[in-house]
Amino acid sequence: MIAFIKKEVQHILRDYRTMIILFGMPLIQVLIFGFAITNEIKNANLVVIDHAKDYQSVRLIQKMTSSGYFKLSGYASTVDESEQLFKSGKAKQILVIENDFAEGLRQNSARIQIISDATDPNVAEQLKNYTIGIISSFTAEQRDLPSPALKVNVSSQMYFNPELKGVFLFVPGTMAVILMLVSAMMTSISIAREKETGTMEVLLVSPLKPWQIIVGKVTPYVVLSFINALTILALGFWVFGLPIQGSFILLLAEILLYIIMSLSLGIFISTISSTQQIAMMLSMFALMLPTILLSGFVFPIENMPSFLQGLSCIMPSRWFIIIVRDIMLRGNGLTHIWMETMILCLMILFFLGLSIKNFKVRLQ
Amino acid sequence: MDREKVIEVKNLVKKFGSFTANDNLTFDVYKGEIFGFLGANGAGKTTAMKILCGLSKPSSGDIRIVGYDVYHETERIKNSIGYMSQKFSLYDDLTVWENFRFFGGIYGLSRKEIESQTQLLLNRLGIWSYKDRIISSIPLGWKQKLAFSVAIMHRPAIVFLDEPTGGVDPVTRRQFWDLIYQAASEGYTVFVTTHYMDEAEYCDRVSIMVDGRIRALDTPENLKSTFDCQDMQDVFIKLAREAKYQ
Amino acid sequence: MIFILPIVQLLILSYTATFEIKTTRLAIVDQDGSVSSRDLISSFSGSGFFKIKQFCNSVKEAEELLYSRKVHQILVIENGFEQNLKTSEKGGKIHLLVDAVDGSAAGIRAGYAQQVINQYVKKINLEILGVSRFQEPITIEYSNWYNPMMKYTVFMVPGILVLLITLIGMFLTSMNIVKEKEIGTIEQINVTPIRKWQFIAGKLFPFWVIGLFELAFGLVVARVVFGITVAGSYPLLFSIAAIYLIMVMSLGLLVSTLVETQQQAMFISWFFLVIFILLSGLFTATESMPQWVQYFNYFNPVAYFIKVIRLLVLKGAGLAQLYNIILVMIAYAGLALTLAVLRYKKTV
Repeated sequence: MIAFIKKEVQHILRDYRTMIILFGMPLIQVLIFGFAITNEIKNANLVVIDHAKDYQSVRLIQKMTSSGYFKLSGYASTVDESEQLFKSGKAKQILVIENDFAEGLRQNSARIQIISDATDPNVAEQLKNYTIGIISSFTAEQRDLPSPALKVNVSSQMYFNPELKGVFLFVPGTMAVILMLVSAMMTSISIAREKETGTMEVLLVSPLKPWQIIVGKVTPYVVLSFINALTILALGFWVFGLPIQGSFILLLAEILLYIIMSLSLGIFISTISSTQQIAMMLSMFALMLPTILLSGFVFPIENMPSFLQGLSCIMPSRWFIIIVRDIMLRGNGLTHIWMETMILCLMILFFLGLSIKNFKVRLQ
Repeated sequence: MDREKVIEVKNLVKKFGSFTANDNLTFDVYKGEIFGFLGANGAGKTTAMKILCGLSKPSSGDIRIVGYDVYHETERIKNSIGYMSQKFSLYDDLTVWENFRFFGGIYGLSRKEIESQTQLLLNRLGIWSYKDRIISSIPLGWKQKLAFSVAIMHRPAIVFLDEPTGGVDPVTRRQFWDLIYQAASEGYTVFVTTHYMDEAEYCDRVSIMVDGRIRALDTPENLKSTFDCQDMQDVFIKLAREAKYQ
Repeated sequence: MIFILPIVQLLILSYTATFEIKTTRLAIVDQDGSVSSRDLISSFSGSGFFKIKQFCNSVKEAEELLYSRKVHQILVIENGFEQNLKTSEKGGKIHLLVDAVDGSAAGIRAGYAQQVINQYVKKINLEILGVSRFQEPITIEYSNWYNPMMKYTVFMVPGILVLLITLIGMFLTSMNIVKEKEIGTIEQINVTPIRKWQFIAGKLFPFWVIGLFELAFGLVVARVVFGITVAGSYPLLFSIAAIYLIMVMSLGLLVSTLVETQQQAMFISWFFLVIFILLSGLFTATESMPQWVQYFNYFNPVAYFIKVIRLLVLKGAGLAQLYNIILVMIAYAGLALTLAVLRYKKTV
């Protein structure tokens, strides 16, 4: 058995390219999510059509461009001209200020038009909201409006992630994907390789028992996965200030559970694929893409059509991501995540059971 | 006959649903013998061999390998046999020594035994200097000899060779058979399947399977005279023509 | 297989890849229990966007709902809300407690809540003070071009087409060539009179055709299922796609020269693709990313094509608007192909 693990480690170490990818991938992904991916919009290209050209319109434009949300990309004189700017990607929003703006302000008859590039509806909506905010603070500065007699004082409090950092959301997902990649994909490929090269037959003829072969195969990958998980946690903690509110021990235990789950999935895939290529394709298309898309990693599950929401329930990563977010961000304990944990356990039993059944059929 | 039997097969039957892959096989193999197991593709060779190796269970029959029963004592059987598949089955990305160490390890050899056996076997092949080379960089012929050496490293009573010479040139094949003779003279029993009829001539005894049954079993000399043929090739073709499915 | 899979992906991706927020589950702690607080609550329930999940007696009880993911937000209306609304200088007090695990969604949800509250304030002021004293000095008119229904699929479908074409170009090419290497057929090719570049061209050509075919197929699906039609010109679209395929296939070829096994090819392609895609602007706007990403995107083929395809398909941009991007793409394709072929000749 120890000989087996040693051999497996040698396989892994000899393939240094894969090693680099396996360790580099989580680093790069977390860094990208932390530094580059943001849903906040900055420097959106704004084109202005200023029909009024008076001191008030100039002040409004200045206020827009100094907000940080917008960057003045140019002026246009007609709507037709501005369409060209939309088409060449030089404008995200067009602000049209109608004639007699300054005069209109005094008489409550000033008019403004906002034309949005709605190809990306979220961005369009957000930019529109920013603009409305800027305009209303502009009007408030301009003159003493009768302050509303009745006021509501709203104080908001952001729980679990007060600075609304995107990386808080993405780290658990990255972990789910990487662990799935290392555990399920790597084991299924490496078992399929033994089958392809005929060494599996030799192993089966040897006095090793099937469970010893399996344990020997997966142990190094458990270690690899664990190192990866810790790297991601460390990076999140020290670089992005991602806290671990709940129990660290519980978190590690859940990670281990998920790794075991991925491994049993990998073993299952290897029992139904005869070559490395099939194992690879199966894990790539049947495993990786759904893991990324249907797990709530990037796109919230509750926004999806109900059919896909149902489908997402069979994704182990969906439950794992909930667990990790609960422990790390909400600081919850087992009382909140026992159901998700149970589901992962059931999945392990299910895949291991299926694998054993397939294995027996083959030996019959 | 008072020679020691290492493989005893009585009325072996293996069915897959309604298809009978092995129909009532009965034969014995003696210690130190080179036993050729011949048959066209699909005749049921591989199925029978899997049963003898303990990889698969027969539907019925009484089979003993080195005295152990294939139904209940597969673990003991596995410890006393060696196996080499048609793909040579060494780890391509490991070195020669790492392969020896691994296979020795899974048969429970001590480090000392592994070292001495590796040295013995590699020196016999005259390639001690290959010890630290990666398998994928070694020519096919050498890989095949290495795979055989690995298969007898733990000194099994029987070595099963499943079409061991596929894709190898005649000279290397001849050298490989020298290795087999040497092993047999040291007391190893060799059970070999092959497609090459010239190799069948090298065996002590040969069985020929047709449609899941053993159609003939004797020394090559006797077979040739029984069927009135010049060489084994003709014997084989004569028998294989009887097959229902060609 | 090679055709069905991408289409299934196109369908699933288009439905899953959405940041559109449709609903917010709300818990309410009404400590005031007055006419005004009930009025405010009915503004929330009448908004269509908020779904009131539960009324709680204490903040503690509501917080538990937040912790167990049952609600997104808690609205706490403080004791004395009605009183303060009418008399206090600061106004009636309410608290909004938001689950911010998903930061951007939390921001948007809080924004919607603020809008509902503003509407409410406006409404009660109108009722009491009358219309004239509360008129806005500026009237704003809105129009949403290119996607008046504000559908998210319109935005995502062209991007996902890019994704699929990229997968074919980079993944399949690199894996296929490495496979040749693995099973040793390349050596057989070497003994034939075929020149290496001919061999490469022969290898790449089928994928190039498959890629273009898949684009055509995807456009049909986009039209039938999502009602998205190409606003620009088809010949231009396919010409650009042809250039783009050469770009990514060259990269695939380059990857194949760096590796020995299909497994490595897959991992390396995967590694670069993830980076390319995340930074390409497929999901989030590149303008909002830091400056180094903008520089990086000069080397990112996916970023170019995403930009072009959205301009062309959705807005109907033509050669006049796109020519400089196209020129850059041609230069990139030429450079990458030369590099890949040279390196390939050296290594095999």
